[in-house]
Amino acid sequence: MNKELKDSAPTDSEVILGILNNSESALKRLYTAYFPMILQLIINNNGDEDDAKDIYQEAIIVLYNKVKAGDFELTSKLKTYIYSICRRLWLKKLSHHNRYGGDIRDFQEFLPVDDEDVDHHSDRDIQFNKMESALRLLGEPCKTIMEDFYIHNRSMQDICERFGYTNADNAKTQKYKCLQRLKKLFFQQK
Amino acid sequence: MSDNQLLEVIERYLNGDMTAAERKEFELLRKENADVDEKVVEHQLFTNLLKQYAERVELESRLNAIHEEIDVHTLKEDLMVHPSWIVQLWRHHHSKISVAASVAIFAVLTGMFFAGYFANKEPGYEQLSNKLDRVEASTNQLNNKTNALAKQMGSKNHMRSPGNYRGSGFALSSNGYIVTNFHVVSGKFDSLYVQNADGDSYRAKLIYSAPQYDIAILKINDDSFENLPALPYNLKRSKSDVGEEVYAIGYSEGDSPVFDRGYVSSLNGYKSDSSEYRISIPVNPGNSGGPLINNKGSIIGVVSGKQTETEGASYAKKAGYLFKAIQNVPLDSLSGKLSLNNKNTLAGLSRVQQYKKMQKYVFMVKVY
Repeated sequence: MNKELKDSAPTDSEVILGILNNSESALKRLYTAYFPMILQLIINNNGDEDDAKDIYQEAIIVLYNKVKAGDFELTSKLKTYIYSICRRLWLKKLSHHNRYGGDIRDFQEFLPVDDEDVDHHSDRDIQFNKMESALRLLGEPCKTIMEDFYIHNRSMQDICERFGYTNADNAKTQKYKCLQRLKKLFFQQK
Repeated sequence: MSDNQLLEVIERYLNGDMTAAERKEFELLRKENADVDEKVVEHQLFTNLLKQYAERVELESRLNAIHEEIDVHTLKEDLMVHPSWIVQLWRHHHSKISVAASVAIFAVLTGMFFAGYFANKEPGYEQLSNKLDRVEASTNQLNNKTNALAKQMGSKNHMRSPGNYRGSGFALSSNGYIVTNFHVVSGKFDSLYVQNADGDSYRAKLIYSAPQYDIAILKINDDSFENLPALPYNLKRSKSDVGEEVYAIGYSEGDSPVFDRGYVSSLNGYKSDSSEYRISIPVNPGNSGGPLINNKGSIIGVVSGKQTETEGASYAKKAGYLFKAIQNVPLDSLSGKLSLNNKNTLAGLSRVQQYKKMQKYVFMVKVY
């Protein structure tokens, strides 16, 4: 199994280039290459496979965002970086749930993690969670209008046709109202 | 300009849909009007967040899709650190093991309760029955003995009264003179008996006593007594040496003479009594009056006592004093000639042979 993993493990630069180029296969190879390592860490430290999945995906997202943002500097092996991030995240989660016995069983070498990365990530998570519930509360058709216009960058013309608005002005008014509501819902949350 | 229209302008500005002239005009407006500027910034942040949120959702769904393809269960089995089969066994089956253990303990305790209940009783019964058997057996034995004794007493004249035996003595001559310790026969008594190794008792009487040497001479005075064969031993008049091997024969243990070995440990006895040897022989009260023999079979003394405080320190009257005592016996008190034997036929015989011959001449002295 280990041999197989090594064979399929992409080189670190492949991964970074792949992320920058939105390569699906690179992401997949990255994901499958290091998941077993994290699964091993989590399940042998009071976690289950779902915890492993959550923690690992968070770490991948942290890496992904850092690479995308262009401020990722590879100072160690990518494997070590991912392991360290996951370790840090898992320790946080364990202590949050009071499950941390003060001792963690390690399987890889690791580096001290810059808490900034992790904290930034969790701040963003909070914002995203707010956005998610705001969108849910917004309801249709506003939600789709918002998504179409702001996320999928569709033109107002398209939106008019999809929702059967008689003229673009009506659609614009509707869009404006929807945006105002969304902002209100978003900022109301604490 | 309504808010609606302003938003549209901001969006056009942010999307880069404006012409250069329009753009310049709007940037001027942003500088002048802080309110507008704030709205631009806020709108930009918010729409970016919305976009990032969408990206995140999309990324997560991609990751989930990849995750679906991984056989997590098999991986988990492989990666789980298995500490050792016994811990594993415990983790997987601890409830079952606990139940099994509890049941086992309960069963054992129950079993022990019942088994123990019987086990405690049975040996008791057994012992008791054993005891009963023994008592029965000993009663039978006793009955047999009594019967045999009664028969014996009926057929023979030998007196076999239970009596207090006090010590030992040995023959001085074949016609029944016997020497013993004075302390054996001191005090008041009704009758005096001597018993040989075969268990035959003869009435005896005290002929002479020499308390200063602790020596008494008896004479068998019984019709059933037949003269002893010629004595195999003699008395050694000269002094023995320290370290010489010596033997004692005496009735220290029941009806048969006991043979003990030791050596002369001092030429002076208790409190430097020069009439005694100190000997190192484990003697017992019944030994008093018994002969002390050297390895040639000559009598060198009469065992007389032991020190209570020193282990292994015993004393024997020197044979020379026995001589003196014999010489002092008034002739008129003799009922037969007291002729000492000067021939020693024991020398050169093995210890076993010596004892075999000697034991006939050693008597138990019983006083009533």
